[in-house]
Formats: sequence, structure tokens, C-alpha cells
Amino acid sequence: MTLLTMIVKMSEGLGKTCAIFFLTLLFALPLGVIIALLRMNKNIIISAPIKFIVSVLRGTPLMLQLLAVTYGPYYLFDISVSRNKLIPVVIAFSINYAAYFSEIYRGGIESISTGQYEAATVLGYSKAQTFIRIILPQVIKTILPSITNEIVTLVKDTSIAFTVSYQEMFTIGKQIANSQTSFTPFIVAGVFYYVFNAIVGFVMGRIEKSMSYYKQ
Amino acid sequence: MNVLKMQNIQKSFGENHVLKDISLEVNKGEVVSVIGPSGGGKSTLLRCATLLETIDGGVLSYMGEDVTYLNEKGRLCYVKNLNKFRKIFGLVFQSFNLFPHYSVLKNITDAPIKVLKMNKDEAVERAMTLLKKMGLEGKEKMYPCELSGGMQQRVSIVRALAMNPEILFFDEPTSALDPELTGEVLKVIKQLADEKMTMVIVTHEMPFARAVSDRVVFMDGGVIVEQGRPEEVFGNTRTERTRKFLQNYQK
Repeated sequence: MTLLTMIVKMSEGLGKTCAIFFLTLLFALPLGVIIALLRMNKNIIISAPIKFIVSVLRGTPLMLQLLAVTYGPYYLFDISVSRNKLIPVVIAFSINYAAYFSEIYRGGIESISTGQYEAATVLGYSKAQTFIRIILPQVIKTILPSITNEIVTLVKDTSIAFTVSYQEMFTIGKQIANSQTSFTPFIVAGVFYYVFNAIVGFVMGRIEKSMSYYKQ
Repeated sequence: MNVLKMQNIQKSFGENHVLKDISLEVNKGEVVSVIGPSGGGKSTLLRCATLLETIDGGVLSYMGEDVTYLNEKGRLCYVKNLNKFRKIFGLVFQSFNLFPHYSVLKNITDAPIKVLKMNKDEAVERAMTLLKKMGLEGKEKMYPCELSGGMQQRVSIVRALAMNPEILFFDEPTSALDPELTGEVLKVIKQLADEKMTMVIVTHEMPFARAVSDRVVFMDGGVIVEQGRPEEVFGNTRTERTRKFLQNYQK
């Protein structure tokens, strides 16, 4: 198999790699906010279980969680494994990343001075208005470098979907590597990830710059 | 009529009894300065009045309407709709607490638009008038981080005024500023006093308190030790404790 055929075949999986990537961000970024707020709830009946769940999600491999979400329903409830593997992949990735994001959000929210809350309260902003209009924009600026870090990791983690044979780029590469007894597909995969992350780095850099008009 | 009335206010933080039976009334158009040593309860008094802290005992009321009441079990409760009272007062913080991600103009107009549901053009027009009055013309597009501390504090005064409050509280408004910048902030407060704005000012600026106030309140150890017209408190001090405190400022 020529290098070009390899690249073309693996490119066909890039759409699915992108699907995991974008869908995970779409669900995990907002879900992380909700988890962070529940985790910071003053009521320990709410915050304690959330704290435990987050620690499990962060303390066990994503690969294991992916296997559990994909095959768990079959073993537990005898529900046949869904043919569209994208659904369990996105569920597992979104929950796992939301747990990481939630801790980043929590750090960001706690870094905002109480004076900001007090100023907003005295001006009559509701709790929701205070959070959405005053606190969250400042939190986003603070945590952006940490979020970029996670997003870069997510690009590379999409390859974990090969464990449930979801036909994304790395899974195809691995199949070619096996059938051709060649290491070349892995090098191609490496280049793909590197370029993907170069784009991520560029985009995130632009977003950071767009928020540099003020200092906290 | 009383704009603010505090009767027998009690406040403790754990074992620390910060406010012991404080009663204070502020009438419309009156300027009251609160002076006294740090830890004497001045800031806590202001934070209780502005609903940032809850009181443990006593009655707090604005414009003749009680904010607190005793329920059937005799426990002190706050009324449900506190935002109604928050529209009556404004607070200027020691550390300004402007919103750093908003321009000067947005800092001033956002609450009137989002909270008071004021028309946007009207809010902007009011803001521009107030900025001009405070000598901040042309600064509306700037961000707080681009302004000096004195300007930031003047913006925060405008932000409070834009809500059209009946009474304005100041919590050591110049304590975070160097002497040069202190003057410009005191000047605008003086200007407000001349316009008969009802104000309660916690301050360590004694000459200013003397010049601007209708009444001076000296607080120490969680009680009001002495109060009266500025010439009485400063010129004809009745209590030893107040005299001792004021001596430190004359050195």
C-alpha cells in the first residue's frame, strides 16, 4: 500500500475524529459549569455525591469509562450494544471531560473576589444575572489557558475510541498497521494530531487575545 | 422622614460581638460621617445597612418600611423582596469593585438597564451627564484597568448614582488611594453633599468629615460612643475615648 493510499484511507476517519472532538466540547463545556455549581453547593447532600462522582471520573481511565458506557448496558440490562458507536463514545467523553472542566471552572469561580458579588448584589442583580453577566465572563478569561490544555489533550484522546472499534482516524490507522505490518500509519496519525493541535493552539490563542482588552 | 432607621441593631460573628445595640437614624438630605478606630464596627454597620450582612437583633427600616420582622416564634426574619430595598440605597466600596470586563459606560448603564429595566438611550444619557459632572468626560469607552484609582472610585460613585438611590453609603472611599487622588474623590462627595444627597460616610479623613457632615458619629467597641454636629464632636468633645482617638489625628 502506498503512503498516499494510507493517508487517503485514514483521512476518511478524520470526520469521525472531528465528530468526537466537537460533540464532546459541545456537551462537556456547559455540563462542566453545571457540575461545578452543584459541587460548590452549600448543601452537602448535593455537593458530596458530586465530589465523589468527579473523583471517580478523574481517578479512573477514560478507556475504562468508555468500555463501561459502551458495553455496560449489555451486561447489566441485556440491551444490545448500539451499532452507532458514536453515541456511547460521545457520552463517555463528554462526562469524563465535563468532570475535568468542572474542576477548572470551580478554581476560576473561586478566584473571583467577593467584592464582585457584593457590588452586583447591592446593584440589585439577581443571582443568575450576577453569575452570567459578571462572574462567568471573568472566569472564562482566567481559565482559558487551562481549558486550552484540556482541549489539546482531547484531540489526542479521540484515539481512545479505537477500544470500541469506532472507525475514527486512529482506528483505521491501527487496522492498516496490522494488515500491512507497517509502522507508517502511526507516523501519519502523529502528523494528523500535531496539525490538528496546531490549529487548536492558533484558535485558542486568538480567543485569548480577544479577551486581553482588560485586566482583572 | 427617616430614609434609614436602625434600632437596637445587634451583630455577632461567632463569639465576637461586633455591633452592640446600635441605633441610628438618617434623615433626608442629611450627611452623616461615621468615624472611629478599625475594628470598632463601622464597616459592619454599613454592611448590615446595605444587606450584605444579616443582623442578629433589632429593626432595620428604609423610608418607614421595615426590612426585618419577628416571626411568631420570635425569630428575626428578613422580608421576601429585598431588591425593593436595594433600589433605595447605593454603596461605594473601599476597593471600588468595578466590573473589569465592562467599559466605564457599561459599568454605569448595565444595572439601570438590566435591573431597573430603564430604556437604553435614557440610561446612556443619564450616565453621560453624571460622568461629565464628575469630571470624567471622554472616559466612557475606557476600561477600569486603564484608569487611576481616583478615577475608578469616581466611576463607582457614578455607578451607584445611576441607580437613583435615596441614600448613598460610602465605606472608606479613599482608604485605597494615595493622598493626591484622595482629594479628587472627596471633592465629588462634597459636591453631592452640597446638592443635599443623603449620605452615610465611613471615613478616616477627619478634616473632610468635619467639613462635609451635618452629623458625626464616633463608634468604638460596637457602640456609638458619641454623636453630634461636627463642631461639637471635634471642637467640644464630650467623652475621653473620642478625645483620645481624635488626638492621634492631630499629631
